Amino acid sequence: MTNHWIDIQNSDCILIMGSNAAENHPVSFRYVTEAQRRGATLISVDPRFTRTSSRADIYAPIRSGTDIAFLGGLIKYILDNKRYHKTYVANYTNAAFIVNKNFGFKDGLFAGYDPKKRAYDKSKWAFETDSRGVPKTDRSLKHGRCVFQLLKKHYKRYDLKTVSKITGTPEDLLKKIYAVYSATGRPDKAATIMYAMGWTQHTTGVQNIRAMAMIQLLLGNMGVAGGGVNALRGESNVQGSTDHCLLWHIWPGYLKTPRASNDSLKAYNRKWTPVSKDPLSANWWQNYPKYSVSLLKSFFGAKATAANQFGYHWLPKVDDGKAYSWLDLFDAMYVGKIKGLFAWGQNPACSGANAGKNRKAMANLDWMVNVNIFDNETGSFWKGPGMDPSFIKTEVFMLPAAVSVEKEGSITNSGRWMQWRYQGPRPLGDSRPDGDIIMALGERLKKVYARGGVFPGPILNLKWDYLTDGRYDPHKVAREINGYFLRDVTVKGKVFKKGTLVPSFAYLQADGSTSSGNWLYCNSYTEKGNMAARRSTKDAANGIGLYPQFAWCWPVNRRIIYNRASVDLQGKPWNPKRWVIRFDGKAQNGKYVSKKWVGDVPDGGWYPMQNPDGSMRKDSRYPFIMRKHGHGQIFGPGRADGPFPEHYEPLESPVKKNPLNKQLTNPTAAVYHRDIDRFASGDARFPIVCTTYRVTEHWQTGLMTRTQPWLMELQPQVFVEMSPQLAKSLGIENGQRVKVASVRGALEATAVVTRRFQPFRVAGKTIHQVGLPWHFGWRWPESGSEESANLLTPSAGDPNTRIPETKAFMVNIEKI
Amino acid sequence: MAKAFFIDTSLCMACRGCQVACKQWHDLPAEETTNRGSYQNPPDLSFDTYKVVRMTEVVEGGRLRWLFFPEQCRHCLEAPCLEAAGDPGAIYRDDATGAIIYTAETRQLDADAIIEACPYNVPRKAPDGTLAKCDFCIDRVHNGLEPACVKTCPAGAMHFGDRDFILAMAGKRLAEVKKNYPEAGLIDADEVSVIYLVLYAPARYYQNAMAGLRRPAAMTRKVALQRMVSPLRRMMNALGG
Repeated sequence: MTNHWIDIQNSDCILIMGSNAAENHPVSFRYVTEAQRRGATLISVDPRFTRTSSRADIYAPIRSGTDIAFLGGLIKYILDNKRYHKTYVANYTNAAFIVNKNFGFKDGLFAGYDPKKRAYDKSKWAFETDSRGVPKTDRSLKHGRCVFQLLKKHYKRYDLKTVSKITGTPEDLLKKIYAVYSATGRPDKAATIMYAMGWTQHTTGVQNIRAMAMIQLLLGNMGVAGGGVNALRGESNVQGSTDHCLLWHIWPGYLKTPRASNDSLKAYNRKWTPVSKDPLSANWWQNYPKYSVSLLKSFFGAKATAANQFGYHWLPKVDDGKAYSWLDLFDAMYVGKIKGLFAWGQNPACSGANAGKNRKAMANLDWMVNVNIFDNETGSFWKGPGMDPSFIKTEVFMLPAAVSVEKEGSITNSGRWMQWRYQGPRPLGDSRPDGDIIMALGERLKKVYARGGVFPGPILNLKWDYLTDGRYDPHKVAREINGYFLRDVTVKGKVFKKGTLVPSFAYLQADGSTSSGNWLYCNSYTEKGNMAARRSTKDAANGIGLYPQFAWCWPVNRRIIYNRASVDLQGKPWNPKRWVIRFDGKAQNGKYVSKKWVGDVPDGGWYPMQNPDGSMRKDSRYPFIMRKHGHGQIFGPGRADGPFPEHYEPLESPVKKNPLNKQLTNPTAAVYHRDIDRFASGDARFPIVCTTYRVTEHWQTGLMTRTQPWLMELQPQVFVEMSPQLAKSLGIENGQRVKVASVRGALEATAVVTRRFQPFRVAGKTIHQVGLPWHFGWRWPESGSEESANLLTPSAGDPNTRIPETKAFMVNIEKI
Repeated sequence: MAKAFFIDTSLCMACRGCQVACKQWHDLPAEETTNRGSYQNPPDLSFDTYKVVRMTEVVEGGRLRWLFFPEQCRHCLEAPCLEAAGDPGAIYRDDATGAIIYTAETRQLDADAIIEACPYNVPRKAPDGTLAKCDFCIDRVHNGLEPACVKTCPAGAMHFGDRDFILAMAGKRLAEVKKNYPEAGLIDADEVSVIYLVLYAPARYYQNAMAGLRRPAAMTRKVALQRMVSPLRRMMNALGG
């Protein structure tokens, strides 16, 4: 979230699309309700009428996988009806930037496409720059090649009729929603988006979010209270695990995983440190080497020296141009390239797309270590449906883990709040906290490698000192993450003693004098104590529910990021009633003469862009400080599939033609080609659109809920929801068991025939959609009859993230 | 001071936390259920289920509505079940709170007659004839805690407190929602301790949402008497009596 949970209450208009907050984030609804009580409009856009829709002021159905068409229509509406916040757009976004002449868009392809590589040469999308290398701008937004004009041109095709033809959303509903949402383009209004996996899990997942970010920038809704782009994370600490590099392509704090071509620390830092020649751009990532070196110092301690590049070569490099995502790992496992697997707190036999492939892949492993609180379909895959244990060599070890309440530590929620929590009951039996398991594993590896090994350096030199009295100490780790001064130093005129905690990342150094396990969390555990454990309910001066001394929030306790875009050029809030920050410095003769911001921690404490007399200041910085050029990106030249989102059909789709362009599917989508990666698009055998989702009563693959009788009582079985019209045409009655099949797999489910699903009119044809929850697996309930919906889903992914397309694919349904 | 619940169905999102919290506090066993083509489960109240969130799909004003009704005993101010029983050892009123409490002695009663007496069809019997229903979380309430269902509700749909306070809260909220939902009302507010706010006619939510919706096939004499008195009293109340 750019904002945070409580801030939803400040919104004038809440769009819930690509998520189902009432069912999957019920506590968030407290703040949705509060906003509604204050007069906000709640809009629910979903293929199916959900418990969220039941509380919405406006509900609109949408065919799964057509969100960019829907949002593209909104962009066109905003532009046609001049609903955008012009000053904001011209000054804070890159709408004014001039794009070079090589850029173009034709037949659904942006300039620079290479069909062999299924990839773009992104240099064709570069900005035109002046002699210093600073992008040329036209703040009047009139230049024919400025982003604003290109945007207009690009979305001209997204008229109501075309959008409705693709999405199946009736035109009058589209118009109504566009009008209500875009009304927040006024400076004193804000709209927010609550999205989740309904947007991310598509071959166009990243561009779904991009489209919304662009809308929020156009309406001036970024950085303000009640605005932002807000991802509702699916697990209590998934934000924390992402921050600390759960994913293959990043190191902690969103530093980059080194590529093979980054053949020295110097080369690595040079590659990933952006350079801006614009004196008004903060270009915060220019500090990259301070964070990467501090991280290496945290990994290797005193063994990391300038002479050995701080241990840079002890860390693995990935091949250039190759991906190592979940889909890639299971693909490699499927062909026997991966021999061992730690399945730690996860259940790939049920949670991963094309689960049948994952299950078969596991049979190629020599060993698997299943770290979990219960046995699951993964640990027991070898005796699962269709498996013959006598042919499976995989040796499976089960390590019983402690549950969350049995251990101390922090979790970071969707709103980036790091909250400390304490141990309740002690772990049962020999189950252990993850930290103890990892520490023991590390120590054992060190012993083994001390006797020799192929490449013992990384293991032997790893700093591994997080035990107190023989047990994992979460405070030691939290302090390590924050970081230390490693010698007596003077930074920014202040003297710091060796061994003290670094007060914030502004003090981290690239010379090895500081450590930090994650620069974004530097400031979370300081000499003042554990910030995450704070519990003050005193609000900030603006009274908008920031509660700055409750827990701690990255970065540097800033509760709403990009908040310098919430003020005008002179530092005055766009909305004086719900202000986030406000410039409070003194002015003399029309010029600011002292610097002071009040409210939230500002996104950089520089002077405002302008003085009260309207003169521009040279010592200010643009508000979007994490971008190289300091501007919010309406034009996003860094994405794999184009600088503007474009509608492409899901890899499996019911239509044979894309009315918007000549490409049916995303030309850069990640596709796999093993015998088991089958797709059936426009195939009469699989005529029904299908999606997967979650229900309130179960969690993830259901390991913690399918074993809970009170929850099983509420949702005992896999079900498939369908419209009465579809049920009638198939002769299916409500409550009847049916078979749902895709080209990849099949499972049984109970038919829930409901008006909450309605057939779509798509390009003059009736298209049916169904959906089912993915919380189940054969291990529990013991009948074995309730299987994972991921047996159906395709192993195809977004080109940027490789998140699988589990939210839109094709199935058939039969009576049993 | 008598206590009361306010259940604001306009805010309920059917997460069913209340249903589970009820089972957890009372340590009631889960029922073996199947999906019958609906999210609602268990299908009905039972000896082991004191609370069920009823879910109904209706079309109101051309719009599909999914209505949720967290059903439980209303703890009537003058409880027909208590009067039908005529045995304070089996069914009694807790004077401090107004809760209607069933004991193990209900096994001695004519269970069907008691169930029949209830204008909302709430009590349920065990195979041995013992009756059970929502007990107001009387043990929690006497120890200064909110009922388990109220405590757990994340939507802010459930409230508990002194009757005057709850009536004022319900009245205020009704005035608020009436602006957009002219049909909205409080169900039997003057006669029960569990007051529901509904946006549409109570019968749209489910058949026994309001007293008098149910047409019993047979009534005991006592209950018949009660039924005769009740409408009169309602009328008096309506007239400001």
